[in-house]
Amino acid sequence: MALQMFVTLSPWNCLLLLVALECSEASSDLNESANSTAQYAPNAWFAAASSEPDERISVFELDFDYVQIPYEVTLWILLASLAKIGFHLYRRLPGLMPESCLLILVGALVGGIIFGTDHKSPPVMDSSIYFLYLLPPIVLEGGYFMPTRPFFENIGSILWWAVLGALINALGIGLSLYFICQVKAFGLGDVNLLQNLLFGSLISAVDPVAVLAVFEEARVNEQLYMMIFGEALLNDGITVVLYNMLIAFTKMHKFEDIEPVDILAGCARFVIVGLGGVLFGVVFGFISAFITRFTQNISAIEPLIVFMFSYLSYLAAETLYLSGILAITACAVTMKKYVEENVSQTSYTTIKYFMKMLSSVSETLIFIFMGVSTVGKNHEWNWAFICFTLAFCQIWRAISVFALFYISNQFRTFPFSIKDQCIIFYSGVRGAGSFSLAFLLPLSLFPRKKMFVTATLVVIYFTVFIQGITIGPLVRYLDVKKTNKKESINEELHIRLMDHLKAGIEDVCGHWSHYQVRDKFKKFDHRYLRKILIRKNLPKSSIVSLYKKLEMKQAIEMVETGILSSTAFSIPHQAQRIQGIKRLSPEDVESIRDILTSNMYQVRQRTLSYNKYNLKPQTSEKQAKEILIRRQNTLRESMRKGHSLPWGKPAGTKNVRYLSFPYGNPQSAGRDTKAAEFSDDDSSDPGSPSIMFSALSRIGSLQKQEAQEIIPMKSLHRGRKAFNSGYQRNTSQEEYLGGVRSVALRPKPLFHAVDEEARPDKQYHLLISMRTCC
Amino acid sequence: MGAAHSASEEVRELEGKTGFSSDQIEQLHRRFKQLSGDQPTIRFPIRDPVCLIYLCSRHLEQCLAPRRNACRVAELLSLKENFNNVPDLELNPIRSKIVRAFFDNRNLRKGSSGLADEINFEDFLTIMSYFRPIDTTMDEEQVELSRKEKLRFLFHMYDSDSDGRITLEEYRNVVEELLSGNPHIEKESARSIADGAMMEAASVCMGQMEPDQVYEGITFEDFLKIWQGIDIETKMHVRFLNMETMALCH
Repeated sequence: MALQMFVTLSPWNCLLLLVALECSEASSDLNESANSTAQYAPNAWFAAASSEPDERISVFELDFDYVQIPYEVTLWILLASLAKIGFHLYRRLPGLMPESCLLILVGALVGGIIFGTDHKSPPVMDSSIYFLYLLPPIVLEGGYFMPTRPFFENIGSILWWAVLGALINALGIGLSLYFICQVKAFGLGDVNLLQNLLFGSLISAVDPVAVLAVFEEARVNEQLYMMIFGEALLNDGITVVLYNMLIAFTKMHKFEDIEPVDILAGCARFVIVGLGGVLFGVVFGFISAFITRFTQNISAIEPLIVFMFSYLSYLAAETLYLSGILAITACAVTMKKYVEENVSQTSYTTIKYFMKMLSSVSETLIFIFMGVSTVGKNHEWNWAFICFTLAFCQIWRAISVFALFYISNQFRTFPFSIKDQCIIFYSGVRGAGSFSLAFLLPLSLFPRKKMFVTATLVVIYFTVFIQGITIGPLVRYLDVKKTNKKESINEELHIRLMDHLKAGIEDVCGHWSHYQVRDKFKKFDHRYLRKILIRKNLPKSSIVSLYKKLEMKQAIEMVETGILSSTAFSIPHQAQRIQGIKRLSPEDVESIRDILTSNMYQVRQRTLSYNKYNLKPQTSEKQAKEILIRRQNTLRESMRKGHSLPWGKPAGTKNVRYLSFPYGNPQSAGRDTKAAEFSDDDSSDPGSPSIMFSALSRIGSLQKQEAQEIIPMKSLHRGRKAFNSGYQRNTSQEEYLGGVRSVALRPKPLFHAVDEEARPDKQYHLLISMRTCC
Repeated sequence: MGAAHSASEEVRELEGKTGFSSDQIEQLHRRFKQLSGDQPTIRFPIRDPVCLIYLCSRHLEQCLAPRRNACRVAELLSLKENFNNVPDLELNPIRSKIVRAFFDNRNLRKGSSGLADEINFEDFLTIMSYFRPIDTTMDEEQVELSRKEKLRFLFHMYDSDSDGRITLEEYRNVVEELLSGNPHIEKESARSIADGAMMEAASVCMGQMEPDQVYEGITFEDFLKIWQGIDIETKMHVRFLNMETMALCH
């Protein structure tokens, strides 16, 4: 009958249906033997076609079986990607709901198609496939992109919250459900304690990272962010450990056989599994960091090393029944710092993007499986169980949040307010983890598996959709303490000073703060680890020598055009009558902030914003600027060594005219104003002072000009950002050009600097400040 | 009996003056003794060789009495920098400023400028009291007052020559020190940052500037204005009661 249906349809319709059916077949065929495919209509059609005796060589053949599985998986992933594109095209949407909402919907759609066309039960996701292939990338990505400094500063609270929270949730939900099951009226009598506990452990696996994007929109403060992040990171590991342990318990068949010894052993095992996993991860992290030290000539395999070692740590830990998740997380965290310094720029980018891609693919597949299994006959709906599960999830999360934070607030200098705790409570969104664990419950041990799966799905849907969508407005409503994005450098400076001061005072009064631990680790790190793990001589690439000449030429050009264009300044800029002082452009502030953040030794860094589903675009800038950094470095070197520039006196006497003051010589003032990129009413009024910035802000203002020198300066300026925020490739010390720079100062009350030199020197100074600034 | 009585009276007096509890005072006293090497005072650490020589010569004069030679020389040699007992302070980029702040007469409320040669325990406590957490039970006015006090402490750190204004040079000094921990940053960029910050401060404090106006420096009022948005309460405080004895034995 189905066959006839196909035969009667037009070829195009056939093709479309084929696509849809391919999806369904993919799901059905994945991990199933090929025999079952024979029952499906299209295959039957093909089979029918090929079963005819081959008399002639056919011009057009179709062999779908061969590519079926990869074909369909690819189609799924593409479909999800298209959906994501659409999701992000509408700009407000990512801030409104977590992306996992979207993925679930796509999955449900695919499931719907399968269900609608096939009337077959949804596919099976194999336990080994999940644990071996789908889970590691997700965890690796979480570990790699974790902002380490805030994490380790809050590590006490995070560990306390994540570990105990997971345990309390799991046991609480399990026990409460067990008591519910005892009630005869609900017909759940056959679900014993162990099964309930197991269900409790898997349902307590939260995936709040999904809501972090929503958080970012609302700009919650760093502490809150870190707690949620840390919880997400550790939660997976803990839940899986618990799960495996309880499965082992369940396999002991008789409940009565379990003695207190077993329970104690279970607890001890829990600890060993966790710590052992971390240890493995750290060891593998160091090994891979060490190996990347030697890969400078074959940088193409660097990403490979990173990924393979992380994966190896996972597998090695799993072999010994240790926690692979914690191993791979620890490996990523350890490895990141050293690897980032050793690998080449492109490898670095590759690693990041590839990691994101892998984790994205894994997650997509899991969610699609989930959606597919939603729409199907694989359910058992038990009102009592499901409703109570939902209720208990919320109740126990609330209990654990408020109780644990109440205790940990006693020890924190920055306690979490009730609002923060409400947010943390509400961010308990379940995700792919719970579903996978539920799906992989062995049917033999869990006769009522379908009920568990249904309950899990309901909880996931509820939390993801309802909580995920409403958490944004909730955060805004509660007016959670936001990070005050500092726009001003002053604030930045003062806060940094404050932090250092506080650390200093704490040191003086003997306060054992965690800074000491970190300092000790840093000392150890510097003395031993870095020597072993970091590549010694960063190779002087050939680009450097190549660009040397270019730099010289460019420098000369800059100076020349500077001389020439000074007279032209007045005209275009008369329009810009800037009154008063302009604040530095955000770019300048950013760069300053970068400078400051990367140089403060103990002060906590602002949390990098983390998005689970894509990378921040600015990273691409870094890559493009590396060349420019190198160019600029060579310029500096050439200038330092050569002094071959034909003009001007040494820079020592140079400084920028700072603020307005009636300078003695109106003529020079006029010249200065002309030279100022950022000038006020300049040429028309040479005597009128202008407000000038120093070199840094000059760069910002230079953007306004059309002079050729601007472009490299601007990009160098941005290159500065990159330079500072990570892999500092040049280790050369900066020296002053031509000796000591002395600032010629007026008597104190007027703070300014005198700039008396002629034009070429100014440009020279410009160059120098460009050079030294970046 | 009398000694103990007067000691506790002292403690109570200190409690009243500085607001610490007796437990905290005791702990701080222990710490003070460790820093001072059981002397009653901590002397200002000498980093400047000229100063050192001067002080040495001053001591030498007293040392000329032969009997006292030995112990005086010992004292001379022990003219170590007391704050060297804090090894972690070495890593702090603004350590000199921090140490200076301890001896600043303005912070000690002993005058409007200059540095004290040495501080006793009460002075030590006075400085530490700037870092007490702001008590939530205090009323608005007191909160405002203590906030001002903290900010004044900060202001004194910037304003090293005690003229009531933070000039560009002083600001540059601060920024250079802040960034001194990193060898990759040159003084030039530190200066630029300081300049930029000063610009901003000027704009915040003076608004639109006349062409002839000169911005002389940040006064305390301007400083307060800059700090208006930032809450200093959560940042500038140290939990004094949590000192571990571990940290005290180096």
